[in-house]
Amino acid sequence: MRFEAPTSPEDAASLLAATDNARVLAGGTDLLVRLRAGQVEPEMIVDIKRIAGIDAITSEDGGWRIGAGVSCAAMGEHDALGADYPGVVEGAELIGSTQVQGRCTMIGNLCNAGPAADSVPAMVAAGAIAHVVGPKGTREAPVFEIPVSPGKTSLAKGEFIASVYLPPRGARGGDAYLRFIPRTEMDIAAVGCAVNLSLADDGTVEKASVVLGAVGPKVIEAAEAAAALIGTTCDDTALAACAEAATAAATPIDDKRGTVEFRKDVTGVLARRAARIAYTRAKGETS
Amino acid sequence: MAKDEFQSRQFKVVGTRVPRPDGVDKVTGRARYGADITAPGMLTGLCLRSPHAHARIRSIDTSAAEAMKGVKAVVTRADFDVTPESSGNRDVLDNVMAGDKALYDGHTVAAVAATSRSVARAALKAIKVDYEVLPHVTDVDEAMKPDAPVLHEGRQQESVPEGYSQNVLARSQYGHGDVDKGFEEADIVIERHFTTAATHQGYIEPHACLATMGGDGKADLWCCTQGHYHVRDTCAELLGMDTGQLKVTSSEIGGGFGGKTTVFLEPVALMLSRKSGKPVKMTMSREEVLRASGPTASTSVSIKIGARKDGRITAGWGDFRYQNGAFEAMNGALGAMCGFAPYDLENVRTTGWEVVTNRPKAAAYRAPGAPMAAFAVESVVDELAGELGMDPIDFRLMNAADEGTKAAYGPTYPAIGLKSVLEAAKDHPHWNTPLEGENRGRGFAVGFWFNFGGNTSVSLMINGDGTVSLSEGNPDIGGSRASMSMMAAEELGIPYEHVRCVIADTASLGQNDITDGSRVTFAVGLATIKAARHAIDIMKARAARIWGIDEEAVEWVDGAAQPAGPNAGKFEPMTLKEIAALASKTGGPIAGHFEVNAEGAGVSFGAHIADTEVDPETGAVKVLRYTVFQDAGKAVHPDYVEGQMQGGAVQGIGWALNEEYIYGEDGILQNPGYLDYRIPVASDLPMIDTKILEIPNPGHPYGVRGVGETGIVPPLATLANAVSRAAGVRMTSLPMSPPKLLAAIKAAKG
Ligand SMILES: Cc1cc2nc3c(=O)[nH]c(=O)nc-3n(C[C@H](O)[C@H](O)[C@H](O)COP(=O)(O)OP(=O)(O)OC[C@H]3O[C@@H](n4cnc5c(N)ncnc54)[C@H](O)[C@@H]3O)c2cc1C
Repeated sequence: MRFEAPTSPEDAASLLAATDNARVLAGGTDLLVRLRAGQVEPEMIVDIKRIAGIDAITSEDGGWRIGAGVSCAAMGEHDALGADYPGVVEGAELIGSTQVQGRCTMIGNLCNAGPAADSVPAMVAAGAIAHVVGPKGTREAPVFEIPVSPGKTSLAKGEFIASVYLPPRGARGGDAYLRFIPRTEMDIAAVGCAVNLSLADDGTVEKASVVLGAVGPKVIEAAEAAAALIGTTCDDTALAACAEAATAAATPIDDKRGTVEFRKDVTGVLARRAARIAYTRAKGETS
Repeated sequence: MAKDEFQSRQFKVVGTRVPRPDGVDKVTGRARYGADITAPGMLTGLCLRSPHAHARIRSIDTSAAEAMKGVKAVVTRADFDVTPESSGNRDVLDNVMAGDKALYDGHTVAAVAATSRSVARAALKAIKVDYEVLPHVTDVDEAMKPDAPVLHEGRQQESVPEGYSQNVLARSQYGHGDVDKGFEEADIVIERHFTTAATHQGYIEPHACLATMGGDGKADLWCCTQGHYHVRDTCAELLGMDTGQLKVTSSEIGGGFGGKTTVFLEPVALMLSRKSGKPVKMTMSREEVLRASGPTASTSVSIKIGARKDGRITAGWGDFRYQNGAFEAMNGALGAMCGFAPYDLENVRTTGWEVVTNRPKAAAYRAPGAPMAAFAVESVVDELAGELGMDPIDFRLMNAADEGTKAAYGPTYPAIGLKSVLEAAKDHPHWNTPLEGENRGRGFAVGFWFNFGGNTSVSLMINGDGTVSLSEGNPDIGGSRASMSMMAAEELGIPYEHVRCVIADTASLGQNDITDGSRVTFAVGLATIKAARHAIDIMKARAARIWGIDEEAVEWVDGAAQPAGPNAGKFEPMTLKEIAALASKTGGPIAGHFEVNAEGAGVSFGAHIADTEVDPETGAVKVLRYTVFQDAGKAVHPDYVEGQMQGGAVQGIGWALNEEYIYGEDGILQNPGYLDYRIPVASDLPMIDTKILEIPNPGHPYGVRGVGETGIVPPLATLANAVSRAAGVRMTSLPMSPPKLLAAIKAAKG
């Protein structure tokens, strides 16, 4: 097995393109576990953390650019980012434990393409854009399009994500992410739900996004659940309609982590609770 | 030997919270666990495990693996050319290396030893096993049906009536009185059906061992175990060796809870070493631990209890159907014995069933069989108290067993602590603080465990400088080195720091039974006290010789020999240190020892209170407050005793809420890892409060009772009673995982 730690994105892309079985290493909290368990046997590992600037969180055109080497702990410590996108940050900060937080990255979470990935729903709800570097140059792709099915991404051979861009927050916006786990930490989401809202001047919801995790092969954009909130002040009727639509949008399976009925029910509950938090945050109140 | 029995005394060392002797090593990483043992030139051994729940092994072709570079030995069942005498050890052999059939997902069918882990892994892939897949069964009720797939032919005992599958290996019955008459006398009768899932002990350290066998057939084995004498005896038989030619040393142990009273890798490692001529190290992965070590039985239990309006129970009946995995065990009998043990019943009848299924053989797990039985009985008792409008503690006090009660499982109790435990709970602030708030409920339950004694051998050396070296033969899984050192210091009258206790290997002491049955602080403690008394007798004789007086005229007080009275003569007391310094001039080294098959382990009772809050929209349960009350007889080292009580409660909370072996339709274990096998994490738990009661065990010089197991008996029922109250629906199936609880809440709402 070959180990490479290139210092430029171009070198990384050409190394990745050179073999059929190369893997990107970010924090390694998925990859190293899978290696040890014998689930993957790559020919080459390309550590991207030495690439200049890859560990930076930068303000860009009113939004935020988060590098592929940024640990989730670093996101949690970034006050301005947390003020704009508390939901994105709380998704990233739910991953693992303090030890895991110091290593794991939000983009690794995305590229691992696990259906239950905690940081992905809020990123999708925020309309985040991935900056993809490949042997043929760069391209921008909505984060929603990166995972395609469990363990599979839309990235082509040689491509990797160098950063993710979160668009400008706007004056009256707020987001939230909630997950359901049977324990209180160190667990995998049975259901995840992110809600991102922008309010009009009169305090009604102008734009909304409701995104579900762990209840389908990849994240689900629950458009009808979002529509149920638009034009409302997230009153009980609107929240009930949102919850019902979220439940309907969920396509979970029966497995060791829960039944279909349970996951659909809890999807609605989380959508309602997350919408309430996101709305409170959008209004500038603390939650 | 009147001194065997409990004598009230003022303790100096016993009952204090001295620093634990293994603390620094464990905190700094110097402690050597099973996987830390190495030998020059050692090979890595790995097991090939069945991917099927039930399959006939038509053939195994190991030739390709054997031909690989770096592969030094391949072992299959054909290498074990012995037929062990007892059915127990025949089962162990079948379990550690499958014979004609693979009986569960994860059953070892072959093993390799190679120069590296990666070579060993590749070799496993090169072994070709021709399986004929057979129908399987993993559920206890299914396995009992006459048309169920059969694991073993011809193993059913005569106690089993007709009409059951051959998977039902045994039935046992207990009780007295006339239950039909009792139910007729009842004003209210409640009958319920309960199920519990199999759970794992969840010890942090996976099984590991290192075996070396020389060309002369002598062998050494280092392993992580609760009983290295048991490992020695079993391995010697499986390898066809003389017991004395195998020396087993136990490593430091990272948890066992009953799960390491077993033998899995050790005979395989020895066989690989015999074939390769090299030391062979084997360690299980967590997945292997979950698939192929010994979890608990899963159960299906029916309970019926009748009571009069005044609160007196008139009859108790129980049917305890236990799934023991692929081999014979007696968990059902233990359940049937323990369920009603806390109660003074005129009419009681219980039946225990031992059923085999295509799962790993159930091993002991703290009070094996008892927690599931208590879950069922204590749930019905709780419901009865509610129906009668009685306080749950008062209802139990009214029916509690006491000294002189004929226990539901036969014997008549000597002095026991149940009523004291109940009264302590009743008086405690936890019970007397109202639980306010929505969706909250408080639960209460009691539990019983027998405790054991058993074969024990201890040796105690008085060193020249007045310090003491103490050897015991039971791996220290709960603080026994500290407790033994304390009891030795107490008896000898010297400071705790002057005693160092080690766990000796199998060649250094007489037989020691496994560290199980909460026996060690009781039995090894008793032997330690007796060994100290033996050494004291010798030291008194030495002093007598120095003073030129009769041995009988010397007494031992506060760590020194002194003349027993004015008539004995006038001599300054001689301390242990002074006598030790003169040992070689007065007859040679001084050592005491004691060997016994200890009896008189006192039974123990505990009671738990839990406050819980249920999220009615998700089925999530939060444990808000938890208190454990338990009779320890005498708490030698209270920190350790509290730790046992807290540990039992925590494991029970996991069992009640989220832990379960989940098998798919294909009979394959779905969750062999700690992500989906959910033991509680620290943030799931409140501080577990403890209250130690000390009702002396008449059978131990210091009054000690075992404390290691009782703590896991009440929590399943305690949580079920609390959650049922909080959710407004009676939960009769464990675990009460969120999907199950939410479904029950929805069903109750209609
Ligand atoms: C103890 C523990 C607890 C965990 N808890 C959670 C949890 O609560 N929630 C959760 O969602 N996850 C959890 N995880 C999983 C894991 O920590 C997260 O998915 C994490 O975000 C992965 O990030 P990483 O940087 O460590 O990824 P890595 O392991 O480095 O990479 C993950 C995958 O993505 C690929 N990859 C990484 N970066 C890029 C890139 N820039 N471009 C293209 N491909 C890339 C890698 O090749 C690999 O296949 C846990 C893991 C552990 C070990």
